[in-house]
Amino acid sequence: MLRFIFNRLIAMVLTLFAVSVVAFAIIQLPPGDYLTTYVATLNSNGDRVDPSTIEALRQQYGFGEPFLVQYWKWISGILGRGDFGQSFEWKAPVTTLIWGRLGNSILIEGLAVIAMWTIALPIGIYAAVRKYSLGDYLATIGGFIGLAVPNFLMALVLMYLSFVWFGTTIGGLFSPEFENAHWSLPRIWDFLSRAWAPVLVLATAGTAELIRILRANLLDELKKPYVTTARAKGLPEWKVILKYPVRVALNPLVSTIGWLLPTLVSSSVIVSVVLNLPTAGPLLLRSLTSQDMYLAGAIIMLLGILTVIGTLVSDLLLAWIDPRIRYGSK
Amino acid sequence: MPQTPMADKPLLTVRNMSISFSSPDEADIEAVRQVDLTLTPGKTLALVGESGCGKSVTARAVLRLLDKNAVIPSGEILFDTGQGAVDIAQLKPDSLAMRSIRGAEISMIFQEPMSSLSPVHTIGDQIDEIIILHDRVSPKQARERTVALLDQVGVPGARDRANAYPFELSGGLRQRAMIAMALACTPKLLIADEPTTALDVTTQAQILDLLRQLQDDYGMAMLFITHDLGVVAEVADDIAVMYLGDVVEQGDVYEVFRSPKHPYTQALMNSVPRLSRKADRQRLSPIKGTVPSPRDRPAGCAFTSRCPHAFAPCPDQRPERTQLSAGHVARCHLLTREPAEALA
Repeated sequence: MLRFIFNRLIAMVLTLFAVSVVAFAIIQLPPGDYLTTYVATLNSNGDRVDPSTIEALRQQYGFGEPFLVQYWKWISGILGRGDFGQSFEWKAPVTTLIWGRLGNSILIEGLAVIAMWTIALPIGIYAAVRKYSLGDYLATIGGFIGLAVPNFLMALVLMYLSFVWFGTTIGGLFSPEFENAHWSLPRIWDFLSRAWAPVLVLATAGTAELIRILRANLLDELKKPYVTTARAKGLPEWKVILKYPVRVALNPLVSTIGWLLPTLVSSSVIVSVVLNLPTAGPLLLRSLTSQDMYLAGAIIMLLGILTVIGTLVSDLLLAWIDPRIRYGSK
Repeated sequence: MPQTPMADKPLLTVRNMSISFSSPDEADIEAVRQVDLTLTPGKTLALVGESGCGKSVTARAVLRLLDKNAVIPSGEILFDTGQGAVDIAQLKPDSLAMRSIRGAEISMIFQEPMSSLSPVHTIGDQIDEIIILHDRVSPKQARERTVALLDQVGVPGARDRANAYPFELSGGLRQRAMIAMALACTPKLLIADEPTTALDVTTQAQILDLLRQLQDDYGMAMLFITHDLGVVAEVADDIAVMYLGDVVEQGDVYEVFRSPKHPYTQALMNSVPRLSRKADRQRLSPIKGTVPSPRDRPAGCAFTSRCPHAFAPCPDQRPERTQLSAGHVARCHLLTREPAEALA
């Protein structure tokens, strides 16, 4: 097991290196750089910029240098000093900008993952065990609607309904008075009273998918002979199902936890814009359109790290619950 | 085989049992028709037949392990619990009464030792579970009994093997673990559903020896399902031959083997290869044709379409059970009609 973890950690470091190169290459890809965008904006406003000022800025940011040199400056700053560079647009270090937003992202999306599993597990099990029953059809219909309706539309509908029915707007994660306060019980309450909407919206598509996958997996497992063996022991039916086929059917789902997080982050961008959530998604979108390369690079890099860590965690979980994988790795 | 005083009192009596399967798109299929079986303590009844003849379904019905779309429209399954008989056919499959019989009074060994054990639980956990469930002992005591059981069924290094997962064991060891699990609560009846089919011949012989020895030790009745007549000769006291849902002939295994009365049983015996000198060799005579689907089964005798002796009443009239000698019964019109009529 230790050897398994060690191997995975080495693979993880190599993957992260590759991710950093690709992340940096991607933010360099669009023609021009932040200064070109900046100058264009100023020009369109009728302002004139002194070309020598631009040239000085270009030197300062190291824009003229070859790719490898720029990459080295960037990555050594991150590894050596934890310095992700400077955001051009916000005129502030990237680190001060992203941590709070990334924290919000992880919190909201973590809650969404938990909501997905708690809703999907019982429904999926029910749908498989009572195949072709009314409940199964309802779960299927609900599931397909959840899959088909875009999340942002769901967010809009929810906003509209809550305004029409309850006279409140949902949006943001905190009331103004708690915006910058420290965590406390009232702030948690305030957070929860607002967070349920985005969490629910973000969880719908994933829940629907989980229900479908769990149902299909479980239907395969329910027919396996070991289920009959468990029944022949004299176990009550619910215990037979929960202890044996459900346990086996969960394995493929556990392996998906890893890439659930990054999927949620990228799929939550529009929802976050619609619901005005202070998460990493809108920041990434904004930084990409304005070619704020160090900010974008940092977010992409951190998403990569999240993915890799998530994958590691789900691999470890999988090895923990499935002996066939644990011993196969020897 | 030691003769116990109880030997004549039947432990399980299946009387006139039918099983049919319903499907939303087609007419119901009657998979088993009016089967009678009797099991006595210390004796083994072999249920023999081709694939799909209903032998497994019959065995599963005894534990009510059939799929949801199966019903037992008629007949009874009387099980002697020691405090009077229970009609298992009337119990609900997931009822407490049924569950307290499963595993404790009647247990079952399945064909595929790989897929019949949970891949994600250790052998020990799976055996402990049944002991804790029925005998309400602590997990530690259960594990002690599990190790003793594994030792008894010939698993070497039982204490360590209890912590092994099924995929870490060979097919033979897995089947031994399965047997240990079935015997954990000293059942009165053991149903073995083709327990040696998935094993190679050497392992098969070992497992059969083990089962026979355990039967002597525990004095339990055994319902042994197989399609291998060699295995039948080795383990069985009685035999019931099934064809397409009908028990066509049943009786003492020596008598049935020596003088099979039903054409299907005769045909089965003729299709077993024998070792003999070149000059004495005869061509094997296979049974002509294939088993029809239960949907196309003749209203009369199910074997009509392949029977070399089929005559007038066969396709339409179901032959009655005909007593040939004590305990030897067959269903065939040849046994009741005059031979002249049969030849006409």
